[in-house]
This record gives sequence, C-alpha cells and structure tokens, in this order.
Amino acid sequence: MSGAAVPYSQLQKPNLLQRVGLLRACALAMALVVCAPLLIIALSWGDIELHIWVHLVQTQLGRLLGNTLVLVIGVGVSVVLLGVPLAWLTATCEFPGRKLFDVVLMLPLAVPAYVMAFVMVGLLDYAGPVQTVLREWFGNSVSFSFRGTGAVIMVMSLVLYPYVYMLARSAFLSQGREPIEAARILGFGSIKAFFKVSLPMARPAIVAGVSLALMETLADFGAVAVFNYDTFTTAIYKAWYGFFDMRTAAQLASLLLLIVLSGLFLERKGRGKAQYYQNSRGHAGKGRMELHGRKAWLATAFCALVFALAFVIPVGQLAYWIINGAWKDWDTRYFDLVGHTLYLAGSAAVITVFAAFVLALYKRSYKSPFSQSLVRLSTVGYALPGSVLAVGILLSFNWLDEWAAMVQQTMGLKVQPVFVGGVLALLLAYATRFLAAAFGPVETSLDRIKPSIPEAAAILGAQPREIALKVYLPMLTPGMLTAALLVFVDVMKEMPATLLMRPFGWDTLAVRIYEMTSEGLWQQAALPGLSIVLVGLIPVMILVRRSAH
Amino acid sequence: MKSRVISWLLMSAVGAGLLAGCGDKSEQEQQPPHAEVQVSEPVEIVVYSSRKEHLIKPLFDKFSGETGIKVSYITDGEGPLMARLEAEKERTPADIFITVDAGNLWQAANRNLFQPLQSEILEQNVPAHYQDSENRWFGLSVRARTIVYSTERVKPEELSTYENLSTEDWDGRLCLRTSKKVYNQSLVATLIERHGVERTEQLVKGWVDNLATEVFPNDTSLMEAILAGQCDVGVVNTYYFGRLQKENPDIALALFWPNQESSGVHVNVSGAGITKHAKHPKEAQQLIEWLAQGEAQAMFAGLNMEFPVNPEVPVDELVKSWGEFKADDLNVEVAGRRQVEAIKLMDRAGYR
Repeated sequence: MSGAAVPYSQLQKPNLLQRVGLLRACALAMALVVCAPLLIIALSWGDIELHIWVHLVQTQLGRLLGNTLVLVIGVGVSVVLLGVPLAWLTATCEFPGRKLFDVVLMLPLAVPAYVMAFVMVGLLDYAGPVQTVLREWFGNSVSFSFRGTGAVIMVMSLVLYPYVYMLARSAFLSQGREPIEAARILGFGSIKAFFKVSLPMARPAIVAGVSLALMETLADFGAVAVFNYDTFTTAIYKAWYGFFDMRTAAQLASLLLLIVLSGLFLERKGRGKAQYYQNSRGHAGKGRMELHGRKAWLATAFCALVFALAFVIPVGQLAYWIINGAWKDWDTRYFDLVGHTLYLAGSAAVITVFAAFVLALYKRSYKSPFSQSLVRLSTVGYALPGSVLAVGILLSFNWLDEWAAMVQQTMGLKVQPVFVGGVLALLLAYATRFLAAAFGPVETSLDRIKPSIPEAAAILGAQPREIALKVYLPMLTPGMLTAALLVFVDVMKEMPATLLMRPFGWDTLAVRIYEMTSEGLWQQAALPGLSIVLVGLIPVMILVRRSAH
Repeated sequence: MKSRVISWLLMSAVGAGLLAGCGDKSEQEQQPPHAEVQVSEPVEIVVYSSRKEHLIKPLFDKFSGETGIKVSYITDGEGPLMARLEAEKERTPADIFITVDAGNLWQAANRNLFQPLQSEILEQNVPAHYQDSENRWFGLSVRARTIVYSTERVKPEELSTYENLSTEDWDGRLCLRTSKKVYNQSLVATLIERHGVERTEQLVKGWVDNLATEVFPNDTSLMEAILAGQCDVGVVNTYYFGRLQKENPDIALALFWPNQESSGVHVNVSGAGITKHAKHPKEAQQLIEWLAQGEAQAMFAGLNMEFPVNPEVPVDELVKSWGEFKADDLNVEVAGRRQVEAIKLMDRAGYR
C-alpha cells in the first residue's frame, strides 16, 4: 500500500479533499516556521573567511572532531546501558521500590547539564572535598583528574539517560506482556525473549531517545565548558565569540546539521522496512515479572545507584548551598520568576506537542520523499548550539518585523518591532527548538498504531478529522504526555532563546541562574536551580498518574 | 473525561496568554499619541547589557529615583546582544549597550552599533586610554588581571612579571584559566602589542609548558586549586579574589602586582555607548554621564569590587587594601584590535 491517506480520500465526498488539505497546510506552515532559522543558517555560505577556516583546520578541527566522536559514542553507549535496563525493570518487573523508582528516575531530566557538571567537578576534582579527604588519609600521592574524557561522558550520560528511559519505558509499557509470553511459549528463555522480541519492538523508541540525547550532546556548550572539553560546538563559539565572525559560525553549524542528518539517514537505512505494531493498548502493569531474592535486590541497587548519582548528589549539593546562605537570594520576585517559567513552559509544551502531532500525522499520511525529508529537517535543529539557533530564530522573526515596518511606514504608524521581544515569538522559538523532543515520542507511538485501525474507522464512514481526534489522539495520549513533559522541562532549563527574545521584565528561573553562573557565582544559583527541579516535579507527577493506568 | 478537562484548561490558558501578550503590545502601540498630550509622560530608556543584573539594577533604580527616567533592560551575552542590535537596525528599542571588556566594546564600535557621543563631562571624568578614540564608547569601571599566589608556598620576591611566569622557575607550578575567556585574549593582545608575535608566542608556550594541570573554566576554581595545593601561582581578575577574601579574610592567597618596573598591570574596562539608532540619545547620555561620576561611579565599581574609571572617585575599602599599583596605560582598544591575532597565537601555542 502506497499511502494511508489514499483510501480515505477515495471513500469521501469532494469537500473532504479540503479537509485533507487542512492537515497538509497546517504541517507545511509549521515546518516553514521551524525550518526558516535553519535556512538562514544554511544560507551563510555566500562568502568564506578563508584565514579563519585555514586556522581552524590547521589547529583545531582534527582534535575537535575526534573529541566529538568519542563523546558521542561514549554518551550513546552509556545512555542505552542506563536507560534501557532501567526502563525494562520499572515497566515490566516488580521489585522493592519499583513504584518509587518508576517516578523518580525521570527527575534527573530537570537537572540542567551545566549544573550537574559544575557540581560533579566541584565535588570530585583535585580541590573538591572527596580528594581532599583522600589526601588527608593517604598522602599527597593520591590524586586523579576529574576533568578528562571519562568524566565528561559520565556527567552527560547521567543527565541525558532520561530521554532513553522515558521513551523506552512508554514503549515497554505499551507492549504489555503478550508478545513476551508468546515468545516464552515458543520456547525462548527470558533473556532471549527480551533481545529477540521486546528490544526490537522498542527499537524505534530507543533510537528516538538516543537521538535526542546525542543531539543535545552535540548542542551542549555549558557542560563541556566546565571540563574545558573541546567539541565541534567549541569551534562554532570560537568563530563567533572569539573571531566575531557569525558567518563562519553559521557555516560550521550547517556542517553539524549535515552530519546529524546523515546519521539519522543511516539509522533509517539500518532499520530497514521492519515495522512493529501493537494490537491494542498493552495491559501495562498487569502481570509484571516478579523478581525475587538477589535479582530483586540487584534491580533495586541499580536503580538506587543511578538515582543517587544523577539526582540526589546534585540536588543535595544545591540544598546544601541554599542552607549555607544562597537562601538570601529569595525575595518576592521569585513568584514572578516561577510564574513566568510555568506559563512559558506550559504554553510552549501545548504548542509544541500540537505541532509534533500535526507533523507526525502528516508524515504518516503523505509518504512522499518530500514530506519525509521536510519533517526530518524540522527536527534536526535540536543539535544546534542553543545560541546559534536562537540567533537564527531571531533573524527570521526580525525579517517579519522588517515587513511589518514597511506596513507601519506606509500607514504612518510608529515603526517598532512587532514580533521580536514579544511573547508569541518566544513561544514559537521554543517550539522551533524543542520540536524534536516532542516529535520523538509522538512519532514512535504513532508508528505503533496498525494502519488497519484508522482504515477500519474510515470504512465505517469516519471523517479524517474524526479519525485524527477520535482514533489517533486517544491512542497517542501516553506518547503525547511524554512529549509534553520533555518540552516542559526543556523549556524551563532553556537559556539562549529566553535570554535573547524575552520581553522586558519576563525573567524566568533559568535567566536567574544565568545571571549568577555567568559571573561565576555558582552557589548563589542554587535557589533558582532547585526551584526548577521542584517545578519540574509537577509535570512528572501528572505524567506518571496518567500513564499508570 | 478528566484529561479533556485538563487539556481544555491548558488550551484556554495559552489562548488567554497569547491574547494578553498581544494586549500588552497594542497598549504600547497606543502610548505615543498620549505622550504628545501629556507633557509629563515619563521617558523610558532601554539598555542591552552583558553586565549582569545584580551589578546594574541597583544603579538603574537609583537613577530612576533621582531623575524620573525609567530604565528597562535585558541581560545576555555580548555575542547574542550584538547580533540582535545588528539585526534590529533602526527598529531597535535599545538606547544603550553596556558590555565588559574593551575587546567587545571595540567590536561593537567596529560593527557600527554605536553613535559618537560628545560630552564634556565624560571627557573630564574618563581618562583618555579608557575610551574610544572616536568617542563611541566610554569605560565605566576598571578591572585588573594580575598574579595571585599561595602565601604558603610562594614568596612575593620570587614573582616579577607576566613574562617571568614562562621561565623554568614555575615549571609545574602555574595554573591558568581557559584561553576562550576574553580576559586572557586581551592580556595576550597587549603582550603582542609590546613584544611582537614571535616573542609573545614563546612566552605563551612557556606558560603552557609550566602548567600544573589542565586550564580551568573560571578564575574561582583556579584559585581553589592553588588553595588545595595543585599549583602555586595563577592569573586572575582581582574581583574574583575579592569575593573569596570577603568570605574568608584569612585566605592563604594574595595578589601580586607584576610589571611595575615596565609596562604595568594589565587592566581592562567595562563600558557603555549609545546605540546607533537610539530613540532617546539625550536621556541615554544623561545616564552614562551620571554613571561616570560621584556616588554612582563609586557604586558601579564597588558592586563588583572593581576600580572606578574616574580617578577622583574613592576606591572600595577592601579593594584599597590590595595596595596601589602602576597600571598599563596602553589604550584598551588594543585588546579589540589584536583579539583575532591573540586567539590564533594561543591556539598555535597549545593554550586551550
């Protein structure tokens, strides 16, 4: 079958084509908004600042590409080794503390990567308390550096594994027990059943989670800067902030996009044409595998260890700093900061998830190479360093402002920006930046829906809009909730776009963190840092409540 | 059912918010006609600043209290703010751009983001080598980048100059901050101006050879490493040292003023200029002039334990306790002019 949309439109009366057109029009409009900044970045190749390129190639790029490759492989492997087993354990097994870990293992998502990096280096490097105590006990010969490659990979993985955990978790939950029971009846051992049945079925979700984690790794500057670990992003910032050459920075950024696109393309090829559908919503939580004895305690210990490293230690350090004086930062402005943060994160989550839903549906309904590439392109901006993408977004809204200014001029009005510096532009900027985070979970849950289900609805006379709202939407709820949570938490932590495009006075908790940390006042950033984590608990709770039944 | 209620609530919240956002806009748009009618309508000036909120807000509040001129601001890094100014052109709401480091100020002037500012007051209060030669920006506070040493393991007699830190005496005893920080780029830029590229490259290579450990992401962690015994000397901005000293007056670190027989201590400025397309250049000038003198100038420097740019203005008590020193009197513009050269040189020398 060439496309799922064809049968519906053949079944329906003429005015239906308009409705089908509505989906396409919506999707194209959204893709346009999201791709415009990428286009601006890609169009930077007009002329080339040769002396900077020569210098970068001669002194930097080889080392930086090597570093980036090592980091991407290291983080990629680690987030799978952390995220998948944790998701499998909490989604399909029963062991002491399972209910608690099911919830709290998502929490590290709310810990910004640079905070984690700073806390870990502060605790574990030479001048930190751990090594100081070790030197007191064993003498000065005991010293190790916690700023090498291994340390960067560890810190990034602890912050990024929740992407894999959450997507794999919802995949395992929706699989239910039936497939694995069928495999067991056919004579597979439990381990073989996992590798032959559960894992392949969850592969799209795991890949989506890993891609998010890796794109964020590529985009990161704050955390790697704490380690002075130079990646490709370092070159982008060197060109921009050091050589003040935005053009070369944009050229480097477009190369980064090209690399990411090829990576995603290769993965698609590797997956082949295999499709895995579920028959119905799985019976999550029913018939969990009971773990006993040593196995059960190992599971508990594994979950506890990851949770302790990724959440208890950084949050404990923040709490310690607050008790030690950072509480002085508290004043009534915090109500505003929290209010703005919640408002922006909530609104952006709704807009972004809606956009992801429309684009995913469009991609499924129109299987042309154009639609596939367009949607793919809409979601790779996530790999760009935040400030670069933020400027790209700013420039695209600024372009609209230029047109608005012409209108204002001809109408004799005062010329002033309409979009830049407004709330709407900021929300659309978030949607642009985090569409990938919403798209992953929405698409993977959409892919699990058998085409025969909407087809049956169509044969029974349902209109496409009804199919979208009454068939797809309910089946997608868990995926969309996961998407909303990811976007909500990402927006709370987001700095570059917020800083550059916020309306006057619209400071958020992340802005407050920036004001402190950019001046090296890390300890005083503890209060807004902890506030982000606490506010992040709200959507996590909602998600867990909703996905439990 | 419940989910539908939740989603309706969310949707209506967003809708309301968008409307409110638009509402704000249209209110602003309607303001100008009013302004013509009511003569007493307060002027509002807008500042883009890469100097952080806690260092500027107290001053803006004070200025508004004294003059009735309202000051709005956004803070961000200098790169994004300059990109925004460049994009907004004549539509920009910004009247003033405040940034740190002469390298950044030079860059903003070079990209034509400032307009020249003719002011007797500023000429009188800001020394010539702390301002742009075409009056497009003026320094408002001075920061010194100097040597810090462990009082337990280093005698001040051992220290002399920045150049001396590249000799074998300091093998395995030196800590530096990353070369990505503009402060170090400016320091190397002035060295190039004095010694030329070849000699400076040798000096920087000497520093790199003497490093006790990888370079640090910030000055504070560098000083903590000296305290912990990982190295003995480093190069930092004085106010970072001041913060540590304020927390712990008996700290086992001290500042040393190098190059007193020769060029003087490397200094830099934070400063401000009026944007090319400022809507309120008169009030903007009033604010910058106000910041350059009297109590406001003392506060501008004192809030961050920097040195006032205005020699008439008293220095903060703690800052005073570090002693007097001869500062480099090279025009700070050099930092901007030679920044690209400096970065390339440090990359070649393996200073990361």
